[in-house]
Amino acid sequence: MALRRFLNGNEALAEAVKLAGVEVVAAYPITPQSPVVEKIAEFISKGEMESEYIRVESEHAALAACYGAAVTGTRVFTATSSQGLAYMFEMLHYVSGSRMPVVMAVANRGMAAPWTIWADHQDSVSCRDTGWVQLYVENAQEALDTCLQAYKVGEDPQVLLPVMICLDGYTLSHTEEPVEVPEKEEVDAFLPPLRLPVALDVENPVVFCAGAGPELYTEFKYQQQQAMYAALLKLKEADAEFAARFGRSYGGTVEPYQCEDAAVILVTMGAVTGTAREVVDGLRACDQKVGLLKIKSFRPFPAQEIRDILSRAGAVAILERDCSYGYEGALCTEVKAALLGLDGPPKVYGFIGGLGGHDITREQITAIYRYCLEGVQPGYGTDHFLDVAGARDEN
Amino acid sequence: MKIKDLPQEELVTGSYACAGCGGILAVRLALKVLGKNTVIVTTPGCLLGVTTFYPQLAFKVPCVNITFPSTAAAISGVVAGLKKRGREGIKVVGIAGDGGTVDIGLQALSGALERGDNFIFICYDNEAYMNTGVQRSGATPLGANTTTTPVGKNSRGEDRPKKDMLRIVAAHDIAYAATASIGYPADYLRKVAKAMQARGAAYLHVLSPCPPGWGYASELTVELARLAVQTGAWQLAEYEGGEFKIQKVGREKPLSAYYALQARFAHLV
Repeated sequence: MALRRFLNGNEALAEAVKLAGVEVVAAYPITPQSPVVEKIAEFISKGEMESEYIRVESEHAALAACYGAAVTGTRVFTATSSQGLAYMFEMLHYVSGSRMPVVMAVANRGMAAPWTIWADHQDSVSCRDTGWVQLYVENAQEALDTCLQAYKVGEDPQVLLPVMICLDGYTLSHTEEPVEVPEKEEVDAFLPPLRLPVALDVENPVVFCAGAGPELYTEFKYQQQQAMYAALLKLKEADAEFAARFGRSYGGTVEPYQCEDAAVILVTMGAVTGTAREVVDGLRACDQKVGLLKIKSFRPFPAQEIRDILSRAGAVAILERDCSYGYEGALCTEVKAALLGLDGPPKVYGFIGGLGGHDITREQITAIYRYCLEGVQPGYGTDHFLDVAGARDEN
Repeated sequence: MKIKDLPQEELVTGSYACAGCGGILAVRLALKVLGKNTVIVTTPGCLLGVTTFYPQLAFKVPCVNITFPSTAAAISGVVAGLKKRGREGIKVVGIAGDGGTVDIGLQALSGALERGDNFIFICYDNEAYMNTGVQRSGATPLGANTTTTPVGKNSRGEDRPKKDMLRIVAAHDIAYAATASIGYPADYLRKVAKAMQARGAAYLHVLSPCPPGWGYASELTVELARLAVQTGAWQLAEYEGGEFKIQKVGREKPLSAYYALQARFAHLV
């Protein structure tokens, strides 16, 4: 019988790491990630978890150590935030290119400068093209559940990719919610032990991360891309199996809410989805045809699903906590591209907000919905920056 | 350790190393002692470039390539993973050049030494970034002409002395550390054997001359590796039980005998 407990996102992840039978953990502390690695250390100290814990001297070393442990065929975990993730950047490519199914939690935090410890998605969105599966979660329960699914999908022989679980710093990492913690036996039935097709073996020597000339390099990169496409399907499958076993589903890649007849659809990633869901409920109660599309998987990007869901709407508002400076929010660009070529496509508006820990309020989301009803022609590469003093809006 | 007692079997074959490469000789000799129950962890220096270009594997042992700063961090991961797999008997050996050890790899090495993981780290020191075209490193000796310390009107080559890695690693109070030269193979191999027996981390720093980088004919590699020691340009030393021991080798020669054979010191002799 699963136990219902009061946990924050970091603790929920630590529980998932324990349940997944992670064998090696390597981590370096950074706010707001630290509690997850503290909790894991506590589990090991109390004998509740049998794992090697490498207390490394930097984030770069954390991921290098994870890589070293992963090549031996062990299940590994690390976690970081913001500057720590940026420090790992070089290693992110090494791990994905070597096809090591490392799982990492990112307690999302803005990037300095200006220096900040509060949440937005700039850290992980900036790592979009590093070949990691990127999953954004809405609450602590989803963090736990997604961690278990991350190992399942990442370790699938058709995938073999690292997975990043992104949870908004503080909003999710430090906020306690009721979380159902599954039984170990149930998790074992869902998540079999790791079996890498090639692991370090002195009887059968191989090289990990070999050099490659231009022709072979391209072959490797093509396979990486194919693996990402395979992950799209595997994410759906894992979610369906998880739902059958545990009774909770998040759509695997995207989670539409009230989208069937919606004239306006809000598109979100991460914790703000919870607020947007409430706004949608409120507006629906007033007979407003509004829906919500949560993007769970930013990479691989479920373009076809997004296109199918959004094609029926008249207007789409993307609300995101990141900016691709010089253009628009990264998610906005991605969604627009997914809609390209549609006959009578919806108008797409990009909104950037919640930067560096700024709250995104229900009133703001309601205002975004109202704006979408005005029929304004969207611009190209223009942003609606929320929360800017003087309410400057160039559009 | 006698050379004639070494196993005939080669664990390094089919590398693309330059003729007279001191680095590949250092690795080949070490593996004769380390044996097949070994894992190499290395970085994108010369060694990686000449041994593990897919589908090539010039070692008869597994090789884990890792980012330039992270040899020792990856070592910690491999050690932890093998422990979980119940394969602690496998020797984990990190090998990096001087740049990957004394410069960009120093933080990770310090971390791994401090954690006390059980591994051997071998720095094959050719005294500059040879893989990228002879740029100076923290291990480049005073006066050496490199592509980033070119001799000219305002420069007499490298203007700083070589970083003293033996004292740096010894400051971590590790079980065993030593310097060596491929010109004294029996001494080097004895030190590899000692490093194998050490409990915890062991560090070897082996001078490995580089014909294109130092500017000499490839048949002089071993002679230069000996001259370096005989002229005092390089010292053979050990750190054990908290004590340093500097070895006397005899046959002392003037420094000019060593410098005169190398283009990198041509402006000094």
